[in-house]
Amino acid sequence: MTESTPLSLPEIGVEQIALLERLSNAVAVSGDESEVRAIVLDAVKPLADECSVDALGNVLVTKRAQVENPLRVMLAAHMDEIGFMLVQDDDNGLYQFQVVGGIDTRQLPGKPVWVGRKHIPGVIGAKPIHLQEAGESGRTIPLDALRIDVGPGNGGKVKPGDRATFATSFQQIGPSLIGKALDDRLGVATLIELLKHAPGNVELLLAFTVQEEVGLRGARVAGYAFNPDLAIAVDSTPAMDMPMWDGSENNRYNTRLDAGPAIYIADSSTLADPRLVRHLAGTGDRFGIPYQFRQPGGGGTDAGAIHTRRAGIPSVSVSVPGRYAHTAVLVTRFNDWKNTLQLLHAAIQTMTPALLSELR
Amino acid sequence: MTLELIPFLKQMLSLPGLSGNEAPIREVIADAWRPFVDEISTSPLGSLHGLRRGQAAEPRPRILLAAHMDAIGLMVTGIADGFLRFTEIGGIDPRILPGQAVIVHGQKDLPAIVVQPADRLVKPEHGGSPLPMSDLLIDTGLLPDEVKSLIKVGDLVSFAIQPTELSENILYGHSQDNRASVAVITACLLELQHIRHDWDVWAVATTQEEETLGGGYTSPFAIRPTVAVAIDVTFAKGPGANDWRAFGLGKGPTLGFGPNIHPALHNRFKSVAEKLDIPHQVEIMPRHSGTDAFAMQVVAEGIPSMVIGIPLRYMHTPVEMVSVKDIERAGHLLAQVIAGLAAEDVNSIRWEDTND
Repeated sequence: MTESTPLSLPEIGVEQIALLERLSNAVAVSGDESEVRAIVLDAVKPLADECSVDALGNVLVTKRAQVENPLRVMLAAHMDEIGFMLVQDDDNGLYQFQVVGGIDTRQLPGKPVWVGRKHIPGVIGAKPIHLQEAGESGRTIPLDALRIDVGPGNGGKVKPGDRATFATSFQQIGPSLIGKALDDRLGVATLIELLKHAPGNVELLLAFTVQEEVGLRGARVAGYAFNPDLAIAVDSTPAMDMPMWDGSENNRYNTRLDAGPAIYIADSSTLADPRLVRHLAGTGDRFGIPYQFRQPGGGGTDAGAIHTRRAGIPSVSVSVPGRYAHTAVLVTRFNDWKNTLQLLHAAIQTMTPALLSELR
Repeated sequence: MTLELIPFLKQMLSLPGLSGNEAPIREVIADAWRPFVDEISTSPLGSLHGLRRGQAAEPRPRILLAAHMDAIGLMVTGIADGFLRFTEIGGIDPRILPGQAVIVHGQKDLPAIVVQPADRLVKPEHGGSPLPMSDLLIDTGLLPDEVKSLIKVGDLVSFAIQPTELSENILYGHSQDNRASVAVITACLLELQHIRHDWDVWAVATTQEEETLGGGYTSPFAIRPTVAVAIDVTFAKGPGANDWRAFGLGKGPTLGFGPNIHPALHNRFKSVAEKLDIPHQVEIMPRHSGTDAFAMQVVAEGIPSMVIGIPLRYMHTPVEMVSVKDIERAGHLLAQVIAGLAAEDVNSIRWEDTND
């Protein structure tokens, strides 16, 4: 039974989309998150009670509660994205590179890229089809046969050690938000909105983390530093809601677009705290906010590192579903993002210390 | 009259005009060429013919400069749950497609992405390998009902990558093959404004080269040139292209040599390039030149033909890269060859062994 909402829930408008666009277009490959960090610091500093940047580059924000002995609730969203690192100058504008984070090398040939903090344009080319042997198109082009090409004569503009990522500009098309690195700039933007509309019933501990894509490393130290009562990782998870090759029913979709935020029960690194899963789903039911359970298995979020800090931290993850994660472009839905923000806001507002009083 | 070459090329690289459907690009080329030619018309197959008259007495000899304006791309073959299935127009390696930005030319132009379904959703034996085109899909970001109402089988899909300058002289974009060569002819026409030339110059933007060489066979039949020159892109050295078939990017246009090419024309272009110190490279073409010259040479009773190549990295991908210097040099070489053609030079285009 849905009750009419007594809560005031944040909305996504032009200003929020513009922030997401800036975040999506920024280049912040794991290990050099500075461009996103600058946007985050700019947004959170005027609103935070405490704000610091730790040894790894995480942005840690505290917003104090307006009540005594509040629950201390941590939310984590990672600032970093998958990408590339230049490793060797082959001369003539050509650079060997390695991938940073989980990238399917089948996604690389024929793509424009941005290199370094100045977004120097380049491309990852491919062998002309005319020069290929029979059957060659059935074999994956190995990474060591690919180069990032910034053009002959431009070698001075970039150097080994520079990061690069897909040159994809954010677009809003119909019901969709489309861009690179929406995993997890959607989470980053969500945390910023939650700070703007911070409910006074909890102490809000926001971790904008680094190096999630290379092993949840920022979240590990952020979870330790905050030592919260509970934690929620806010991320993006794959929606594989596409037709099966043979037209049969797709029952391995992980999540679906337009079905609302995805609540995790189990992934490869976390068995979510059932009390938090029940609270999130109950909040959705109570206030009529759509949600879905992510199909259990595979994947992982910052919760995987957070829940085993110190003596253990009750944790769960909530993700905006997105198609084509870890490629040049993600397709997500405006409504799924809005519902994710609203579900989290409603769930936090209705949290009391009693939530953790029963044993797991 | 003047025209800025790089902005014009970038404009061409921003437009569709897939083989068989060249109207969008043809209009733009026609507008650019109109001030530099005396007559302009469109052939029954859609090729653009511009005539710039020479000064010699009639009947004047004619040189035909041909660059194909059609581009490779995709075509919708089916719609499934709001996703599009597709095939290719021209030769495309399916491995460059996943994640590619495209425009679906439906009831209106719709931005979209080519996507690779997760391995769990494709034929089990395809998982982990590059997917054939039949397994890939296009996602418009729209809901299934809207897709159905806006898109139908047969709709064209073109690449959406915006042309980008990597430096003053290096430019990448889709359909540089062969709009870079349309820019060559344009550069030649610009230079010819200031040059007296005896021969008629026919500037031709051909159609359907990527599929049937349809323009290459039909335009020379209508024009009946004395000689014909195909300008097309060739392989630049770079990843995946480093053998004898590949040439230095920015090291000058190539001058083709092989069975599609009349040796007297090759020698004339080479001697003009040498005399004027225009950087150039000789491209050996042992068989089919892979250009309109293959068609033009056998039109009607046969036409002495020549091939000029513009080195290009990553041919038939949407990030084709060229040096604008090579385009300018090729345009300059064409103009200077034309400037040097006297009316009686018709007799010089012959086989050495008939020189008695």
